[in-house]
Amino acid sequence: MSNIFPKSANSLPLQLIIFLFGLGGIMTVGVTYYMTPKYTRVGYAPVQPVPFSHALHAGQLGLDCRYCHVAVDQGPASTVPAAQTCMNCHNQIKVDSPLLGVVRQSYETGNPVPWVKIHQVPDYVYFNHAVHVNRGVSCVECHGKVNEMEVVAHAQPLSMGFCLDCHRNPELRVREPGDVFNLDSPTITQQSGAEAGKRFVHDWNIKPPQSCSGCHR
Amino acid sequence: MRNVYLVTAFLVVLALSVLGLRGTKFIRPPLDVFPEWAFPGMKRQSKYKHQAASKFFADGRADRPLPPGVVASSQGPAGQPLRNDDSLYTGKDASGAFVARVPASLTVDRTFLEHGRQSFTIYCAPCHGALGDGNGITKQYGMGATPTYHDERLRKIADGDIFNTITNGKNNMLPYADKLVPRDRWSVVAYVRALQRAQSGTVADVPEVNQAELGIK
Ligand code: HEC
Ligand code: HEC
Ligand code: HEC
Ligand code: HEC
Ligand code: HEC
Ligand code: HEC
Repeated sequence: MSNIFPKSANSLPLQLIIFLFGLGGIMTVGVTYYMTPKYTRVGYAPVQPVPFSHALHAGQLGLDCRYCHVAVDQGPASTVPAAQTCMNCHNQIKVDSPLLGVVRQSYETGNPVPWVKIHQVPDYVYFNHAVHVNRGVSCVECHGKVNEMEVVAHAQPLSMGFCLDCHRNPELRVREPGDVFNLDSPTITQQSGAEAGKRFVHDWNIKPPQSCSGCHR
Repeated sequence: MRNVYLVTAFLVVLALSVLGLRGTKFIRPPLDVFPEWAFPGMKRQSKYKHQAASKFFADGRADRPLPPGVVASSQGPAGQPLRNDDSLYTGKDASGAFVARVPASLTVDRTFLEHGRQSFTIYCAPCHGALGDGNGITKQYGMGATPTYHDERLRKIADGDIFNTITNGKNNMLPYADKLVPRDRWSVVAYVRALQRAQSGTVADVPEVNQAELGIK
């Protein structure tokens, strides 16, 4: 009887197994790299109805974040400002700019400017801005250097792992209360060493929740 | 077998070039790895969050504005749901004249002034300048109308008049009532008064013991 399969077919099962392992490895790497919020969310920078620049307003003009995001240190939500906040200045600056047409229209009619929301946690997560901002956690930890962004982009994954990383070791990332709204300021640890960071966390009795019910209710 | 490896390598390169690296800017909404239609969960629940959109109301807003003539009792301080203290909430006394001083129900002390300074720095300094001299950052960009606080008329006007300017605006200056609750507004008024006092200080105001320190003879 002549050979149906060539001799090399003897090693085929082994080769197939090796290949499948290799493929499995590639798939695992691919999924961990591409299917986590670090890839799916970070970098999201939608086109906004008005080309509003934080680099100009918060960076160059030096406006405090609270001038527009008013209640960020008073409640859970950090609100996006109404058109009147823009008209405070733009009733005298760049009055006829076509870029501001949507804002002027909103101010006259009272209908909100349709800003596109960028950061959003799922509805089963109960996030609160004030508890963070009033306890030395700066905007830059979760939003990146907004004061240098022409267009706001999602800078951090805001996944559960990201929240817990800090909740386990807050001493590495807290700032002096006066520095919270200054996004270029160093953390206490960078400023005066790990000891100082630990002391601040101890003195201020900072105890971020790690139990599920802290963030999920 | 070699062909299989080549095809795999080609597919990997293709995937890499289509998907790109982490952190690349993109404008389309982030991909949801576990979309709600395939994995029903509680990611989007039938509840409204702040500043959300609503299909139910004609203007598309979930945050409802107050109907005309309605007083939001939850916004008043405890014990004063109806805001029936005129001088505190309008800056005017029973006869409709501006009150000359910060109402007596508020104690003007150091913490009150510090609070006023913080609010002033955030909300007023961009136009009126840190000293209240009208040389805020916006002057360089064409807001010439911002007055200095240090002229005869503004030194003499009643506290209630300044309160009224913050609450209702004046000519080119739009109201700041949405950003500052009445208590905060009064603390800003007190701080404006402090600025005016500081700018009109003379040598006689410095205690004698400190005069040598400052090199004043
Ligand atoms: C002059 C007003 C103004 C100031 C000052 C300002 N912002 Fe904003 N901010 C806006 C507006 C308007 C939007 C919505 C449009 C957009 O996303 O660009 C926004 C959006 C954002 C967003 C994205 C919101 C989302 O949809 O997820 C973040 C984060 C943010 N701001 C942070 C900051 C920080 C941090 C500062 C202080 C350094 C700051 N902002 C100062 C007006 C302002
Ligand atoms: C404190 C004053 C101030 C406030 C408040 C403010 N802006 Fe501006 N804005 C400026 C100044 C100053 C410029 C720069 C003008 C120039 O370049 O000469 C500017 C420029 C702009 C421009 C570019 C206009 C053009 O034609 O180049 C846009 C768009 C804009 N602002 C949008 C907004 C929006 C939206 C808001 C409200 C969230 C806002 N601004 C609030 C002061 C302000
Ligand atoms: C501990 C992390 C953290 C810090 C610190 C933080 N934020 Fe946020 N921010 C978030 C998260 C999470 C969301 C999404 C909230 C949601 O979906 O309701 C968000 C949303 C926002 C939004 C959009 C809200 C909306 O409804 O569109 C703005 C604006 C904002 N943050 C501004 C700020 C400013 C300004 C600061 C600093 C004073 C700040 N944030 C500090 C985590 C943070
Ligand atoms: C950079 C550090 C940091 C990050 C990132 C962070 N947190 Fe926190 N979190 C804190 C600190 C500090 C506190 C305050 C603890 C205290 O006051 O004892 C806190 C407190 C909380 C609380 C408790 C509020 C309360 O009422 O006691 C919740 C809920 C919370 N964080 C949710 C989140 C969520 C959700 C995220 C992710 C989107 C997040 N945090 C990301 C540092 C952080
Ligand atoms: C610091 C706040 C925080 C704490 C504490 C926390 N979570 Fe979460 N959790 C989050 C955030 C934020 C998300 C949303 C992540 C995202 O959207 O990528 C999340 C998502 C989840 C999800 C994913 C649901 C889905 O459909 O993808 C599960 C399951 C979960 N949490 C369970 C838990 C359990 C169990 C615990 C207690 C051991 C816990 N969480 C503690 C913040 C927290
Ligand atoms: C966007 C720029 C801007 C900001 C911010 C601003 N103002 Fe003004 N303010 C003006 C301008 C312009 C005028 C002149 C109004 C006019 O045309 O009479 C003015 C006038 C005034 C006057 C004089 C009113 C009179 O009787 O003539 C007072 C007092 C005053 N502002 C207080 C404040 C206080 C307090 C704040 C902070 C809560 C503040 N302003 C924030 C622009 C601003």
